Amino acid sequence: MSIPFKEVFNSVFGVSENESWQYIIQDYRLPKAITAILVGSGLGISGLLMQTLFRNPLAGPFVLGISSGASFGVALVILGSGLFGGVFATLLISKWSIVIAASLGSFLVLLAVLLVSSKVRDTMAILIIGLMFGSITAAVVSVLSYFSSAEQLQQYIFWGFGSLGNLSWNELFIFFCIYIFGILLTIVSIKALNTFLLGENYAKSLGLNIKQSRLIIILATSLLAGTITAFAGPIAFIGLAIPHMTRQLFNTSNHKILLPAVFLFGAIVMLICDSIAQLPTSDYTLPINAITSLIGAPVVIWLLVRKRKMSF
Amino acid sequence: MREKNKHIILKTENLSIGYKSKKDTSVIANNINIELNQGELIGLVGANGIGKSTLLRTLTSIQQPLEGNIHLNEKALENYSAIELAKTMSLVLTEQLMSKNLSVFELIALGRQPYTNWVGNLSENDFSIINKAIEQTNLSNLKHRKCFELSDGQFQKVMIARALAQDTNLIILDEPTTHLDMYHKAYILKLLQKLAKDTNKTILFSSHEIDLAIQLCNTMVVMTNSQVISDSPYNLIEKSVFESLFPKDLINFDKKTRSFKVK
Repeated sequence: MSIPFKEVFNSVFGVSENESWQYIIQDYRLPKAITAILVGSGLGISGLLMQTLFRNPLAGPFVLGISSGASFGVALVILGSGLFGGVFATLLISKWSIVIAASLGSFLVLLAVLLVSSKVRDTMAILIIGLMFGSITAAVVSVLSYFSSAEQLQQYIFWGFGSLGNLSWNELFIFFCIYIFGILLTIVSIKALNTFLLGENYAKSLGLNIKQSRLIIILATSLLAGTITAFAGPIAFIGLAIPHMTRQLFNTSNHKILLPAVFLFGAIVMLICDSIAQLPTSDYTLPINAITSLIGAPVVIWLLVRKRKMSF
Repeated sequence: MREKNKHIILKTENLSIGYKSKKDTSVIANNINIELNQGELIGLVGANGIGKSTLLRTLTSIQQPLEGNIHLNEKALENYSAIELAKTMSLVLTEQLMSKNLSVFELIALGRQPYTNWVGNLSENDFSIINKAIEQTNLSNLKHRKCFELSDGQFQKVMIARALAQDTNLIILDEPTTHLDMYHKAYILKLLQKLAKDTNKTILFSSHEIDLAIQLCNTMVVMTNSQVISDSPYNLIEKSVFESLFPKDLINFDKKTRSFKVK
C-alpha cells in the first residue's frame, strides 16, 4: 500500500481525508516506526554495555542467555501447547501469552545469572556461565522441536524471524515504560562504564563499587534486551554491530559520547532496515532479522577492512 | 629539610603476608616492619617469586594480610572505605588496559573519578589538577593523541600522570619499568624521583632495576628469603644486604661500583 507523502503528514496529525490511510498510518505504521526506534537504540545500547563490561568485542546483548531464555519461554508455549491440547491450546498461543512467556523466560535466565554473579568474583566467569545457560535452554528447545508438529514449528520459526509490526498502542506503552527504566539505569552507569575501560583493578583503586555497578549494568541490559525480545522477537546482529559501527565513526571509547551516538545510530539503522524489509511499492514484507544481517554485516566488514585497525 | 620533619605515610607492624585457604595457610613473608615517609621515593626489590607482588597487593588492600597491621596516615587500612582509599592511594599496575582508544587527556582525567559527580563531569579545579599532572610529566605535546599511538615509555608516563591526577599522598607502582629500554627505565625512575621531591608525595615502586634504584631512591625495601629490610641504599650496601639477594653461583654484588657483576 503506498500513500502520498503529503497525506502521511496529514494522517499523523489526524486531518487526512482518507480514513483508511489515516488508520494505516496511525495504528500500523507509526507504532511500527516507534518500535523500530526503541528496538534499534535499545539493542545497540545493551550491546555496548556488554562489550564494555565483558571487555570483549564479540559480546552482544544476548551473551547472558537472555534471548535463549526468551526463546525457551516461547518454545514452551508454542511447541508445548500440544501437550495441553484443545481449547486451552488456542488460548495459550495468543499474542500476550507469547510476550509473557518470552519475558518470563528471559527473566528466569537473568535471575540465575544475577544470583551467580553475586557469588562469582571474576567477570569473565559470568560471561561463560551466561553462555552455558544459553546452551541448556537451546538444548531443551531442540528436544521440544523434535516432538512438535510441522505447524507448531513453523509458528516458532516465524517468531524467530523477528517482527517490528503488530504492536498496539497499549503494548507499545508498556514496552516504552520498561525501555525508559533500562535507559535510566544506563545513564546512571556512564561514569562506571568509563572506569571499567581501565580494567577492574584500576576501577577498584578509583573507589568504584564493582559488584554494584556490574549489577546495575546487567540489570539494564536484561531489561532492554529482554523486553525487546519479548515484543519484537530475537533480533540478530544489531546489538553486536551498532556499537562497532559507532566506535569506528566517532573513533572514541568515551561513553559520554558513545552512549548518545549508539542510541541515535541504532534507531537510524533499524528504521532503514525496516524500510528495506517493507520492500517499498510491493506487498511483501521480508523478515527483519534477515535484513539486519544482510545490510549490516557487509557494512561492518567494510568499516574494519577500510580502517585496517580495529579500535575497541 | 625533610630529615628534620619526617611524616610517616604508611607503616606496617609485624605484617605477615601470604595466602589462606580452608585447609592451610602459606606464609610468603613475615615480620615485615616498614615505614614510608612523605616525599620519599622508595624502591622495592627482590628476586622473582620472593613475594614483591603479594606485598604490594596487601599494601593496596587487594589482598588481606595474614597477621599484623597496616597503617595509612595513622589509620588502619581496613577501616578505609573504597572512596577514601581512592583519595589516599593511587596505583600504576602492569595489567593492560581494555581500551586504548581514549585521548591522553581523557585517560588522565579518569584519575579524577573519586572526586567527580555521578556522571563524571570535570570542574574547574579538576581541569587545573589534570593540566598540572600533564605538565609535571612533560606530556603537553601529546595531550590530544590517542593512547594506542603512544610508545611504551610515553604510555607509562600517561599512567603516572593519571595516578598524579588522583591527587593522593601515596602512589604505588608495580614494576613501572618492564618492557622499557635502558634509557626509558632511567627516565621513568628519574621522573618518579623528581615527582616525589616536587609534589612531596610518597612513591613506592617495585622493580628489578637494582642499580638504578640504588642511585635514585631515598629508601629501599629489600626482600630476601630470610628477611624484609628497609633502609637507605647506602646503609643497605654497608650492611651487605644486596649480597644475600640472589643465589651466589652466577652474579655477585660489587660494593665499589654499587652494581651486580657476572662472575
